[in-house]
Amino acid sequence: MIARILATARIEANIARRNRWVLIAVLLMVVFSLVLSAAGSAPTGALGADRLSVVVASLTSLSVYLVPLVALLMSFDAIAGEVERGTLPLLLTYPVARWEVLAGKLLAHVAILIVALVAGYGSAALIAILNDAEAVAGLGALWRLTWTSVLLGATFLGIGYAVSALSRRASGAAGLAIGVWLGLVVLYDLGLLAAVVADDGGFFTTQVFPAALLANPADAFRLFNLSAAEASAAASGVAGAAGAIPQWQSLGSVVIWPFLALALAALTFRKVDA
Amino acid sequence: MTSTLTISRLTKSFGGVHALTDVSLTVTPGERVALLGHNGAGKSTLMKIILGLISPDSGEISVCGATPGDAEARERVAYLPENAAFHSALTGLEQITFYMRLRGVDLKGARDLLGRVGLGDAATRRLGTYSKGMRQRVGLAQALIGHPRLLVLDEPTSGLDPVSRRDFYELLDGLAAEGAAILLSSHALTEVEARTDRLLILSGGRMVAEGSLSDLRSEAALPVALHVTAINGYASELMEAFPNAIQTKEGLHLTCAQDDKLATLARISEMRGKVADLEVIPPSLEDIYSHFSRRDGQ
Repeated sequence: MIARILATARIEANIARRNRWVLIAVLLMVVFSLVLSAAGSAPTGALGADRLSVVVASLTSLSVYLVPLVALLMSFDAIAGEVERGTLPLLLTYPVARWEVLAGKLLAHVAILIVALVAGYGSAALIAILNDAEAVAGLGALWRLTWTSVLLGATFLGIGYAVSALSRRASGAAGLAIGVWLGLVVLYDLGLLAAVVADDGGFFTTQVFPAALLANPADAFRLFNLSAAEASAAASGVAGAAGAIPQWQSLGSVVIWPFLALALAALTFRKVDA
Repeated sequence: MTSTLTISRLTKSFGGVHALTDVSLTVTPGERVALLGHNGAGKSTLMKIILGLISPDSGEISVCGATPGDAEARERVAYLPENAAFHSALTGLEQITFYMRLRGVDLKGARDLLGRVGLGDAATRRLGTYSKGMRQRVGLAQALIGHPRLLVLDEPTSGLDPVSRRDFYELLDGLAAEGAAILLSSHALTEVEARTDRLLILSGGRMVAEGSLSDLRSEAALPVALHVTAINGYASELMEAFPNAIQTKEGLHLTCAQDDKLATLARISEMRGKVADLEVIPPSLEDIYSHFSRRDGQ
């Protein structure tokens, strides 16, 4: 079992390396992290927080968009590509279970994501610490951001596999993946904010809105990191409005979502005919 | 000896269309069986059921004593798809190593395996640069991993040149000698004739014929064709003797039943002085094949 999962992970890592996905993911994370840490270095003194904590707050807002995008880009081809190339029937005649195939792909993609995250966050942290020795105090926040980012990535990898299994064509899966990203990461928040504004402090704002934030993996990720961070004052928007949500709830959502998404992926993959 | 593959009364339909109807067959260890039939006859459906990729509507099937698709069955069955496809970014060696890992086989034999199918030099090149014939050979190499008890080969020689085909059948002979059962589908009737022990003909989802070539030949009882070339000027006299013959530019073309063959030859030899040449043409494999595959109102 382990050998078959590792074999699949290895071949997927090879494919991702050849297809430049590793390079693209790492470059994307590093460039954006550096840009943010450069842009976010100005207001430190006024906030009374260390430099790294401020950078982490900026990185959180960035990761909410970037981590799901990178995860979906890596995963949309995972099953649809196999179906389209015609490699799936042969693979399924091998003594390997479908969930093992999925686990192998997940392992490879999560590993690539970790490399990209460590490279991106690491370079931002390095610059912050080099400029301000006190920034070491923010390492805890950075660590929290890193592992929650991995969980957020795993969630969107799972969603990407499910999308891939559902559409069965790589082009369709790519379109659907972008749609999912727009919907969950961009439009969801806009819709919530619009509703909150229209509702003006009524039932929706007090009851539905917190639950809606927790239900979305990207929002839960942002909530958890910002509510845990000292520098939450540097953040604006959704997080400020939902400050009342207890931290254990957002943590629960962050932890549960990867399992939900991967179960969804396994279910949809099971329905794909060879 | 117990059979490696046993199928009885297998039926499968897709949305009301009967893909397979009441198909029964067995393949024993060391036996090479060819599955013939035109496009849509049900060959691929039958193979996919044997591999456990799709499940039948009714009927029984046992692969090495297990149900198709079971872990046990999958460990003993190898498959070569019709158009073997692989990820173009990988090298032949990486792809084969991956398949060996899935089967839990010692990886040391990877290069030897590629060498056996004539890809030793291309092992570290990307599959995207391979020709169709080379990809087919990668497909064949993966089917040889781990001494399978049953090989299911869908059009294995398509895309191979004549020399590679001969090498391929030599490989099969070796596997069969070691006790592997082989079920292969093909359009290339002449090579199947010489290289397999038994033929199965599927038509419209039904098994319409089964047996060795000579069995099928006598069962079909197709007429023998005789081509008689007359010595100059005697053609019309020959035509009078054989009124059923068709006169062509080169001579006379006549047909007779298998049983009448010797009598007809005797009559021709009586006219020795008028006949320049005689050619006897037995029904070809193609004729026998079309006879069986058309019989069911096709």
